[in-house]
Amino acid sequence: MSFPGATLFVVTAIFAMAGALFTISSNRPLRAAIGLLVHIISLAGMFLTLDAQLLAALQLLVYAGAVVVLFVFVIMLIGPAAEVDPMQGRIASRALSIGLTVAVVLSVASTVAYFDAPWGVVPDDFGTVEGLGLAIYQQSLVPFEVVSITLLVAIVGAIAIARSPTE
Amino acid sequence: MDIGTYLALASVLFGLGAVGFLVRRNMLIQLMSIELMLNSVNVMMLAFNRAYPGNHAGQVFAFFVIAVAAAEAAVGLAILIAYYRIKRTLDTDDATLLRY
Repeated sequence: MSFPGATLFVVTAIFAMAGALFTISSNRPLRAAIGLLVHIISLAGMFLTLDAQLLAALQLLVYAGAVVVLFVFVIMLIGPAAEVDPMQGRIASRALSIGLTVAVVLSVASTVAYFDAPWGVVPDDFGTVEGLGLAIYQQSLVPFEVVSITLLVAIVGAIAIARSPTE
Repeated sequence: MDIGTYLALASVLFGLGAVGFLVRRNMLIQLMSIELMLNSVNVMMLAFNRAYPGNHAGQVFAFFVIAVAAAEAAVGLAILIAYYRIKRTLDTDDATLLRY
C-alpha cells in the first residue's frame, strides 16, 4: 500500500478506537452519540484506503446522516432521564464479561494479525458507483429488493411500536 | 500495512462493542454498541474484498449490512421509546415485565 494510504489508515484507526472507547465509557448519551459520530466518520475514511469509495459515501450518508441523527433525536425526546446511574453492583459478572471478551478478542486479534494475503491488483471500476452498482443489480438483485421490503417493514414496525397506546 | 492489521483492528473494535453491550445498562448506549459491532464487521469484509478484488461480494454484503443496521436502529429506538413510556427509565435492569 502506498504511503498516503498507510498514513490515512493509522490516523483513522486511532480516531475509530478513540471514538469507540468514548462511546462505551461515556455516562451521558449525547457524548456517546458524538463518540459514535467520530467513530463512523473515521471508518468512512478507512473505507477509502480499502478502495470502497461508494461505501465510504454511504457510510457517511446512512450512519452519520441518519442513524446518529436518530439517536440524537431520541436523546432529546427523552431528556434528562436518558442518563442512567453509573454502574453499581454486580462487579463479579461485569468483570467476568470484560475478562472473557478481552481474552477472546486478544486471541482472535493476535491470530488474524498474521493472516497474510498480498494486496491484489485492483480493477478500474472496483468500489466505484459503476462497479458496485453493476454488482448489486446483476448478481444480487433479489437480496436488494428484499432489503427494500425489510426497510419498509421496519418503518411500519417502528411507527406501530412507538405509537402512543392511547390512540 | 497488510490485511492482518485491518483484521486485528476490526476484532478489537468488535470487542469494544461487545464490552459496551455487556457492561453498560443504558439501553441507548447498548444500541450504540450494537452499531459499533456491525461497523467492525464491515471493516473486515471490505479488507477481505480488497485482498481478493476479483468480484464485489464483500462490498455488496457490507452494503446490505449497512441497510439492515439502519432498519435495526429504527426498530430498536422505537422499542426504547415504548419501554421508556412504561418504565420512565432506560435502565435495562428494570426490564422485568416478562420475567415473572
